[in-house]
Amino acid sequence: MTVGIVTVERKVLEKNDALAAQNREAFRRSKLFVVNLVSSPGSGKTSLVERTLDHLRGRLSVAVIEGDVQTDLDAQRVAKFGVPVVQIVTNGGCHLDAKLVQDAAQNLPLDGVKVLIIENVGNLVCPANYDLGEDVKVVVASTTEGDDKPLKYPAMFRNASVLIINKTDLVPYVNCNLAELKANALKINPSLTIIETSCTTGTGIAEWCGWMENKAKGISQKSEEATNP
Amino acid sequence: MHELSLAQNIVEIVHQHVPTPDLPKVRAVDVLVGAASGVVADSLAFSYSAIVSGTPLASSSMKIEHIPYRVHCRSCGLTSDHDDGLRICPACGSMETTVVSGTELRVQAIELAEEDR
Repeated sequence: MTVGIVTVERKVLEKNDALAAQNREAFRRSKLFVVNLVSSPGSGKTSLVERTLDHLRGRLSVAVIEGDVQTDLDAQRVAKFGVPVVQIVTNGGCHLDAKLVQDAAQNLPLDGVKVLIIENVGNLVCPANYDLGEDVKVVVASTTEGDDKPLKYPAMFRNASVLIINKTDLVPYVNCNLAELKANALKINPSLTIIETSCTTGTGIAEWCGWMENKAKGISQKSEEATNP
Repeated sequence: MHELSLAQNIVEIVHQHVPTPDLPKVRAVDVLVGAASGVVADSLAFSYSAIVSGTPLASSSMKIEHIPYRVHCRSCGLTSDHDDGLRICPACGSMETTVVSGTELRVQAIELAEEDR
C-alpha cells in the first residue's frame, strides 16, 4: 500500500470570502461605506449605534444590520431613529458571515443611504475570521473590560482598522489604565486609529462620527471620479 | 467556537477533490493553521473527526501543520516568531514590522491510500 497525494491548496474560508467579495462589489456600486462593528457582549455597540444615529440625523443617511444570537431587541432600539434596519438572529451562531449579510442587505432599502453599519454578534473571538464585505472592522473595547483585552484576544484587534474605547466616563471607578489599553492594542496592531467615547456623556461621539463622515465622503467622491474622469 | 463550521468547509473541499468511490481511501487531510488564524487546532481536528464519523471519510484524520506568527522588523532587519501576537521587534523594540506568516488557514493536500501494482 502506498500513499498518493492530491494537492489542494485552498483556503478553508474561500466560500465565505467569495460571498464577501460579492458583497463588497455590491456595496461599492451602491457607493456605501460599510462598517463591521465588533466587540465582546456589553461593550456598548448598540449604544454607540444609537448615539451615532442621533448625531448624524439630517447629516448623513445610515442603515443598520443588527446581529444577535436571539431576539430583535437591538433592531427595536435602532428603529426608533427612523432608519432602515434589519435584524439577523443567528439562533446560536457565534458570528455573522457573508451569506447572512448578503441576505439581510437584500431586505434593506438602501436608496440614498451613505453608510451601512453592521453590528456583529457580541463575541471577541469568532467574528474576527469572517469577512462580510465591509470597508472597515471597528472594534469596541469598553473600560469595564480592563486594559488587557487586546493581548488576550489579539485577532480582533489585529484585523480592525479602528479601536473605539467606550465608557471612558467610568475610568475613575474601574481597574483600567487607558494608556495601557492603548499601548496594548498598538502592540498587536500598530496602525490602529483610536477614538475614546462615552455613550453616556456623549464624549468622543462627534470625533467618531466625523471620522465616518470623512470616509463616506471619500467613497462618494471616488465613485464620482470614476463616472466623470 | 466556529471550528465546527470550519471543519464542515474542509469536508466539502475534500468531497470536491476526491471522487465519491475513493472517499474511503482518504487517510489524511493536511491543513495549515497559522498561530494568528484565530483557530484552535485541537478543536478543528476534533470537529473533523466528529463530522466524518460514520461517513466514507471515517478512517481519515486531520494532519495539522502549525505556522508561526512571524514578523520582520523594517528597522533592524530581524525576523522573529511571536505566537503571543505582538508586533514589537524583540531586538530593537521597533513596531515598524511586517507580518510574514501566521494568518494561514488552508487545506494543502489530501493523502490517499493506493493499491500497489
